[in-house]
Amino acid sequence: MMPALPVSHRTTALAVLASLVIASLLFLHPAAQGGSPPTALFWLLLVALGAAALWTIRRVAAIQGTRFDGVLTAALFGLWVLYFWQMLVVAFEVPRVLLPAPTLIVQSMAEHYAKLWGDFTQTVLKAVCVGWLLGSGLGFAVAVAIDRMPFLQRGLLPLASLTSTVPLVAVAPIAVMWFGFEWPSKAAVVVLMTFFPMLVSTLAGLQASGKLERELLHSYAASYSRTLWSLRLPSATPFIFGALKVNATLALIGAIVAEFFGSPTVGLGFRISTEAARMNMSMVWGAIVVAAVTGSLAYALLVQLERRAAFWHPSIRGK
Amino acid sequence: MATSNKAPTPPLARRMWDTGLPVAVILIFFLLIWYAAAWGMNSSAAVERVLAPTGNPWTWQDLLTTTWNMERPVLPAPHQIALDFWSGIVDWPLDSPRNLLFHVAVTGETTLVGFVLGTLLGLVLAVLIVHSRTLDRALLPWIVASQTVPVLAIAPIVLVILGSLGMEGLAPKAVIAMYLSFFPVTVAMVQGLRSPQVIETEMLHTYAATRWQALWLLRLPAALPFLFPALRVGIAASLVGAMVAELPTGATAGLGARLLTGSYYGNTLAIWSALVMSALLGLMLTTLVAATEHVALRHRRQP
Repeated sequence: MMPALPVSHRTTALAVLASLVIASLLFLHPAAQGGSPPTALFWLLLVALGAAALWTIRRVAAIQGTRFDGVLTAALFGLWVLYFWQMLVVAFEVPRVLLPAPTLIVQSMAEHYAKLWGDFTQTVLKAVCVGWLLGSGLGFAVAVAIDRMPFLQRGLLPLASLTSTVPLVAVAPIAVMWFGFEWPSKAAVVVLMTFFPMLVSTLAGLQASGKLERELLHSYAASYSRTLWSLRLPSATPFIFGALKVNATLALIGAIVAEFFGSPTVGLGFRISTEAARMNMSMVWGAIVVAAVTGSLAYALLVQLERRAAFWHPSIRGK
Repeated sequence: MATSNKAPTPPLARRMWDTGLPVAVILIFFLLIWYAAAWGMNSSAAVERVLAPTGNPWTWQDLLTTTWNMERPVLPAPHQIALDFWSGIVDWPLDSPRNLLFHVAVTGETTLVGFVLGTLLGLVLAVLIVHSRTLDRALLPWIVASQTVPVLAIAPIVLVILGSLGMEGLAPKAVIAMYLSFFPVTVAMVQGLRSPQVIETEMLHTYAATRWQALWLLRLPAALPFLFPALRVGIAASLVGAMVAELPTGATAGLGARLLTGSYYGNTLAIWSALVMSALLGLMLTTLVAATEHVALRHRRQP
């Protein structure tokens, strides 16, 4: 697609390094710290850096063959976005209410470390973890339990599939009414949101084993439970992990949004909504950073776990 | 999506019997449990607030009818919700905030505007990503990673930012609905636009087709089966976004606002009606997308 430029990888690496060094030097300029009004030279350098950033990203994206090139480009791009976010917000003196600079967000995260940790334990360790485990566990258990009852399956499956189109998080006010403001009401919302995806996925997974394998076990006169344990559950693992991954995100969303409907004075959703109302945006961004990092870490953890648990499966083996 | 069973489709009556009956049985069973739960959860309040103050002795039949017809029950009985729902639709003029359809119109408008904008943004981004290696490498990993992050949490920030820029009413809510629905569309469309086989792209190449022709004649049609499942996910996300966007603003219109006011005033029936209504709205919107899919892909179905 793009004309191959006759520039070697070493030149690209040098260009990336040089632009990063210049960028960090410019970052120490008083204008970048909000100390003095930006001069024409500062603007010139910033524009030049912008051009350099675009060029290096293009160069790095054109690299082929190495193992990390995909991650590398995305990481470089993210770094430059953060950098220009910081520089432009300070240089243009964008009001903090609109968009706080990244350094300000980090600073307020460090300052209110204890508060954010409290929010994290309240929302993630209590509501999300309990709700996610209970909801996914119940979904799995019900799916296995009704595996031998095609009548129930035919009745439940259409209803369970329909729930994906329904905004289940709207039960939050009812959950608050029943279970109080504390975390059990949030966990209840999470249970409801995570139950159905797990049920549907597990039921699909239990049907996923090949006919050949099932007939082989049949010819061995394997019992139902033996077939379930040795063949059908193992071949359902990718489906189950798929639901676990989807549920991790759903659980975070459910717990945070449920806190918008009423919560004790702690929790990520509470922090986001109250600090946004007080226009303390750097704290809001801090809470969002915590939620985002939690979400991606949970996902990465589940991916690793899946590789360990289903290392033999064709969908994992290829990677 | 299309089930690939090779057996001829059984007649309608047979299919109704095969899935309709089990679903009906489950629903009836569910209703019975609901009534029992309403009796169990409301009985203490019923005794305390209704039966005991009268001073008269009461029988279990009295208790049963009271628990199923309380004014502010812990769990309203299904018929109470149905009645409240119906009165919320027909008892008030359409432009009154007491009418449920008024709130449906507000939330539905936000959802659809956000969904259409989000879909367009997703399509444009996907086309750009497919044609630019740089964007593919730099942007796509972030879009994929953002699927694991509760992006809905940014909603209050979007409201504050757009609010201080002077945007009010529909626009900020639609923006939230938009950014929730564009992620799935982008990811699915990138996959779909890349789905044509090498042999097909090479054939267009031998015809000296331009990029635009390749996009229009080959890539976009090939991507349609990928697009529609993403649209179903997108419209559901858009509805959730529209409802959540109504919460922090103190909006007075919309299903989300109705849920919030219901929970402020402890008006259980209003909450349940709004909940049923939002479920119905979600089903209607998804059906709309499914019907569009059915029409758009009617020539694709293999015999």
